[in-house]
Amino acid sequence: MSDEKQQVTRRQFLNYTLTGVGGFMAAGLLISPLRMAIDPVLQPSKKGDLANVGLAVDDIKDVPTRVDWKIDQVDAWYESEVSQTAWVYKNEKDEIVALSPICTHLGCTVSWEGNDQFPNEFYCPCHGGRYTKDGTNIPGTPPLEPLHQYEQKVKDGMLYLGNPHPRGEA
Amino acid sequence: MFQKLYDWIDERIDITPIWRDIADHEVPEHVNPAHHFSAFVYCFGGLTFFVVVIQILSGMFLTMYYVPDIENAWKSVYYLQTQVAHGQIVRGMHHWGASVVIVMLLLHTLRVFFQGAYKKPRELNWIVGVLIFFIMIGLGFTGYLLPWDNKAYFATEVGLNIAGQVPLIGDWLKVLLAGDAQIVGAQTLTRFFAIHVFFLPGALFALLAVHFILIRRQGISGPL
Repeated sequence: MSDEKQQVTRRQFLNYTLTGVGGFMAAGLLISPLRMAIDPVLQPSKKGDLANVGLAVDDIKDVPTRVDWKIDQVDAWYESEVSQTAWVYKNEKDEIVALSPICTHLGCTVSWEGNDQFPNEFYCPCHGGRYTKDGTNIPGTPPLEPLHQYEQKVKDGMLYLGNPHPRGEA
Repeated sequence: MFQKLYDWIDERIDITPIWRDIADHEVPEHVNPAHHFSAFVYCFGGLTFFVVVIQILSGMFLTMYYVPDIENAWKSVYYLQTQVAHGQIVRGMHHWGASVVIVMLLLHTLRVFFQGAYKKPRELNWIVGVLIFFIMIGLGFTGYLLPWDNKAYFATEVGLNIAGQVPLIGDWLKVLLAGDAQIVGAQTLTRFFAIHVFFLPGALFALLAVHFILIRRQGISGPL
């Protein structure tokens, strides 16, 4: 065989051809299953409607109070009513604050004055995460960001809440 | 890059001889379609295996959405079929592939039968092949129930009653399969799912391994 031209040997040619054809077949086989498997990642995030939480604006106190309401949830083929919780109060400027009880550390549930040692704070029992009244995480405790705030509106004197968002994005 | 990676592994655990044993073997002239076109009949065994691989892959992916429960089985299949991108295609692969496996398997059996390739010393491999055939029938039967629609339900009703006709042990066999003496329901579905997804594939892998090792040991039967 001559060295001047880059000769492809029969063996190499067969190897390339078989790898190519095999790869093409494998790709044809796997493309649909893979697309199906990654479908949840490609779903657009759902915009939830704001729901009436059954609390009149006039009844909102200046101390965080736990509010529970139900929303209809569609989980693929399973539809159900699930319970939602918010800590709601009016701040000094008379604005309504509705905080999500989901700890921003690892997702446990916080409560207002959940620990007698820490009055006037939200407390998470899992790893001792703490937040001030406005939801700001206290430095030195596990959470790295403030409690999320619910999207909110007031209609006919009643409070409506939507999805929780990180502070600043609400 | 792949060559380097391969060399790195090969240097340490010496995989080339293993690879040689699996992939590098002579194909006799009489089974090579390049020499005699009629030799394409020798492809049916390999094609059966190829479709089995498709069945295994598509089946694995289908279990990401399927639920073996009488409340949700049909709904989850309907969701997969109507809401999930390419879900219809993957279920289609598994649905049609199931029939193609049986067709290929029968063609392979016919080739072995009419060429007399089952004769001494290959009787054992014929028996293993027949066992594989039974496993495939079992996979078809148990898989048929899983979508939990009317066709599935009544096909299983019929199949269970056929099982009930087996002399002496028929009644037990039927309860064993259905999980209940009267009802074709919750326990039947979970049993069929377990059999379809774990027990039969496990047996199939073992038998296929024996089938292939025996072919290697004994070689392909001579020309007619």
